[in-house]
Amino acid sequence: MAPPNSNPAGDLTSEVLHALSKADPISSAETFANVPFESIKAALDRLASRSMVTYEQVEREEAYLEPEAETIVSHGSHEARVFEAVRQAMDGLSIQDLESKIGDKTVTKVGQGKAFKEKWIKKDGIKLVALVDSINDVTREQLKAIQETRRHDAKIIADLKKRKLLRMQKVISFRISKGPKFALEMVKEETDLTAEMLASGAWKTATFKPYNFNALGADQHAGALHPLNKVRQEFRQIFFEMGFTEMPTNQFVESGFWNFDALFVPQQHPARDLQDTFYISDPLKAGRPAPTSADDKQDYEEYFQNVRQVHESGKYGSIGYRYPWSEDESLRLVLRTHTTSISAAMLHKLSGQRTQDGRVPPARYFSIDRVFRNETVDATHLCEFHQVEGVIADYGLTLGGLMEFMDMFFGAMGVTDLRFKPAYNPYTEPSMEIFSYHKGLNKLIEIGNSGIFRPEMLEAMGLPTDMRVFGFGLSLERPTMIKYGISNIRELLGHQVDLNFIQKNPAVRLDKN
Amino acid sequence: MPTINVDKYALFEELGEQFTEESFQQLCFEFGIELDKDTENDPSRPKDQAPELAIEIPANRYDMLCFEGIAMHLNIFRGKHATPNWRLVDIPEDKMQTLTITEDTAQVRPYAAGAILRNIKFTSASYESFISLQDKLHQNLARQRTLVAIGTHDLDTIKGPFTYEALPPKEINFVPLNQTKQINGGELMGFYETDRHLGRYLHILRDKPLYPVILDAERNVCSLPPIINSERSKITLETKNVFIDMTATDQTKLDIVCNIMVAMFSKYCAEPFTVEPVKVISEHNSTTRVTPNLATRTMDVEVDYLNQVCGLTESPESICKLLSKMAYTAQPSENPKLIKVTVPPTRADVLHPCDVMEDLAIAYGFNDLPRSSPNRSVTIGKPLMINKLSDIVRHECAMAGWAEVMPLVLCSREENFDWLNRKDDSKTAVKLANPKTVEYQVVRTSLLPGLLKTLSENKAMRLPLMIFEASDVVFKDESVERRARNERHWAAAYYGKNSGFEVVHGLLDRVMTMLRVAFVTHEEGLSGKSIDFKVTENPSQQDGYFIKEIDEPTFFNGRAAAIYVRLGGKLQRIGELGVLHPTVLEKFDLR
Repeated sequence: MAPPNSNPAGDLTSEVLHALSKADPISSAETFANVPFESIKAALDRLASRSMVTYEQVEREEAYLEPEAETIVSHGSHEARVFEAVRQAMDGLSIQDLESKIGDKTVTKVGQGKAFKEKWIKKDGIKLVALVDSINDVTREQLKAIQETRRHDAKIIADLKKRKLLRMQKVISFRISKGPKFALEMVKEETDLTAEMLASGAWKTATFKPYNFNALGADQHAGALHPLNKVRQEFRQIFFEMGFTEMPTNQFVESGFWNFDALFVPQQHPARDLQDTFYISDPLKAGRPAPTSADDKQDYEEYFQNVRQVHESGKYGSIGYRYPWSEDESLRLVLRTHTTSISAAMLHKLSGQRTQDGRVPPARYFSIDRVFRNETVDATHLCEFHQVEGVIADYGLTLGGLMEFMDMFFGAMGVTDLRFKPAYNPYTEPSMEIFSYHKGLNKLIEIGNSGIFRPEMLEAMGLPTDMRVFGFGLSLERPTMIKYGISNIRELLGHQVDLNFIQKNPAVRLDKN
Repeated sequence: MPTINVDKYALFEELGEQFTEESFQQLCFEFGIELDKDTENDPSRPKDQAPELAIEIPANRYDMLCFEGIAMHLNIFRGKHATPNWRLVDIPEDKMQTLTITEDTAQVRPYAAGAILRNIKFTSASYESFISLQDKLHQNLARQRTLVAIGTHDLDTIKGPFTYEALPPKEINFVPLNQTKQINGGELMGFYETDRHLGRYLHILRDKPLYPVILDAERNVCSLPPIINSERSKITLETKNVFIDMTATDQTKLDIVCNIMVAMFSKYCAEPFTVEPVKVISEHNSTTRVTPNLATRTMDVEVDYLNQVCGLTESPESICKLLSKMAYTAQPSENPKLIKVTVPPTRADVLHPCDVMEDLAIAYGFNDLPRSSPNRSVTIGKPLMINKLSDIVRHECAMAGWAEVMPLVLCSREENFDWLNRKDDSKTAVKLANPKTVEYQVVRTSLLPGLLKTLSENKAMRLPLMIFEASDVVFKDESVERRARNERHWAAAYYGKNSGFEVVHGLLDRVMTMLRVAFVTHEEGLSGKSIDFKVTENPSQQDGYFIKEIDEPTFFNGRAAAIYVRLGGKLQRIGELGVLHPTVLEKFDLR
């Protein structure tokens, strides 16, 4: 810790105390006229905090000379200069001569008028002559006094101000009095309780400088996780609590087969337009669906043909879409438009599994990962966003069960009073849009989609007809934006993010408001 | 979803009820359509214009793309009237109008159908709706007229029998709709090139040697599908008899369009809901038939299936009654386990009993369905291992004082290669075929561009900036089905007044130390050995990681190293660190 006298305010506090011992009260404007305002204030605060002095702030106006007034102080007033010129010329001066002698037209003109008025000079023919031997240059005297003391008679100040010779400035000074603990010496103050003081016992007698409890603590230079990932973690936690297994969605590139055909999205569906889906030019074409590992014993060729037939001519009790299904279209590569492509692959794999009683086992899958849409970018749309998706495969599931599940799922994040609206989705039937009443917006807002996957999709995979599969999804960005009042998605996802926003975003607790 | 604008007062009159905005909203919500806008209180609505409702229709309900369809289905839903019995006028086949298809059409637009609406009486509202429905069908189901195109004609201005032929463009002469001058097919492309409305359909015929054309008995051109009809056969408010021609490249969609068109507007015929058929003669492929085919479809649906999925215990009779609200005609069958559901010709969206099941749920009311527990079986939650591993890295970085960022996965080819002084060998990055801007040309193969762009956006902040990301990049991979694979990468960047090499290096050391367990238990191919993390100057054969100087143009000379890991004696380069080359910094505007 620094020794007390190295403090620049140290000497000044001592000076204040000494001045006060001679006179009480004192004015800082008089006693410490040349000390900068900040220094005297800091010294007084230190003393006042120990009750050694009290002080009050005094505001007053001081007069400062304008440049013209400074000329008057150094050269005399205009009229005095005119008189002096005229007096020095024994035989008087013509007006032209006067002007050339003084060298300033304004001074000559104004000074002449004043000198006439004061009866110092008169006109004798074409010449000006002095009337008196000497004059008293009052203006100069007054300005000189002001220059030194910054003040004068109120009337004089007003008069000079009117003549635009002065400008006024507010000055703050202090009226300082002895405080209840006034003393000549300032007690040495410790700023911190140190290990040395503990060791020596000095803490017992030391005086401690008071803390400023209004100041912030030190910056922690903390690291931070991205707010969107914090929300993602909350969702994952809800899924884990409800027994969901995370799907391997680390596969951005998909074939039309997995992204669309397997989900019973017809090849002429608008979602497959260039306006909506990113197609891939390199690599050119996907392979036909095939096992992904050695222990994958599913018959992918049969599945491929099932999908073709259910689109082209109908199967599994469906009349199908009845159009010529194209293998080339199916093997076009796309950036996945949803993670449901992975759900399809997972459900297809599930159809090959058996429990001990020989049934396909019930399953719950989820993922939260990036999807891609060929959107025109604006405040609420980006080409990339995160889809939260859940799938429940089980026997004897009902629509009432799906609604009950959605109540539980959204209830876990504090969203209640859900309403379900019939909707259309090519791969779920029934399809239900999930709405919730938003208090701020005072209306029902859509918060997600759900449904039961179509038999055309599931039976083509080989899943049993009595197994039903719920699917539901929502975007990760939308609830995050609503929750944190973010109006532009680019401030959340992508490189245009503000690092301050990442660093200062509070912890996420979806169940708390 | 298509949006249909309808006259509010006219719709409410047709529905026989004055709804409040709230009650109509509620009706739409229950039925599954969406009231998007009500212009009643919209100050921008011109005073002489009646208030309109904008209603969003599900994309598969082609039978609700016009005023007539919306009104009809809402009335049926509310039990106000039954589903109409659409039928063909009973005339012998040899008295029917005919449309003969020639073989040449197979080269350009192979299918056609026809229908006649007799003694129709249009009002200006129904006439506009008639035109608008064609437009909506063209846009949606017909995929911008590529699959189906509709032409409508005043039958009293032309004479059957009609033919559908494919002719060389120059041999087709006619005055197009709303024009005064005759042009030939060869001039068509030039004539409509700049037409805001029709220009976008020209590509369907461009460069075809033959154009499809519908001609009457006197070889007057009726229409040149899918572009334009002729002025001669134009329909007006006064038209009494309408001939509808439809041509297509998709037979199924042709039949759907045909049924929707006549079902919606036959209600204005002198004898409502009747349609005069047209015999379509197509001998070259033996598909001669009578159109439209207004036959209904009958499905046997299991009562148990309907009840089970909906969670209901309704009787067959009660189910049939509920289904009638959704335009079906359903009857209990002799087999008590089944009901016979008759699907009207307009409900092309019904493919499977599951569609009937959904309609039963809608008729019952989604929100009124009995609730039951979704937890029928016990399942165990489990994270994906690669996500668990990257979460460990992410948390260690954040604990070490670094901020996580999430740049986009898509970037420009330049950012991914040139700006990093790397070469695009065309074997690495997945490229997009149809991006709207250069910002999205490739899928990133490196996390670096995203980090550098994020730094560049934040360089006004107090330095240093320390950021990281653990996320996926994508590489081409001919050995897998999708020809590309994701790879989880981790990257960190330090931006300050000095290069910060030792800071980044320190983070690497920290994360490597923390990963020891994860490496051993989870990382594929790196399992089974413990690792001694001591870094040695001259790495011997012991397991661990070390860095070794490299000379790569992304980095400043002598200020870059590759990161190697040796596990079980197997050495692998797993990354690199270094001071970025000043030319790289300049590209990303980080000087």
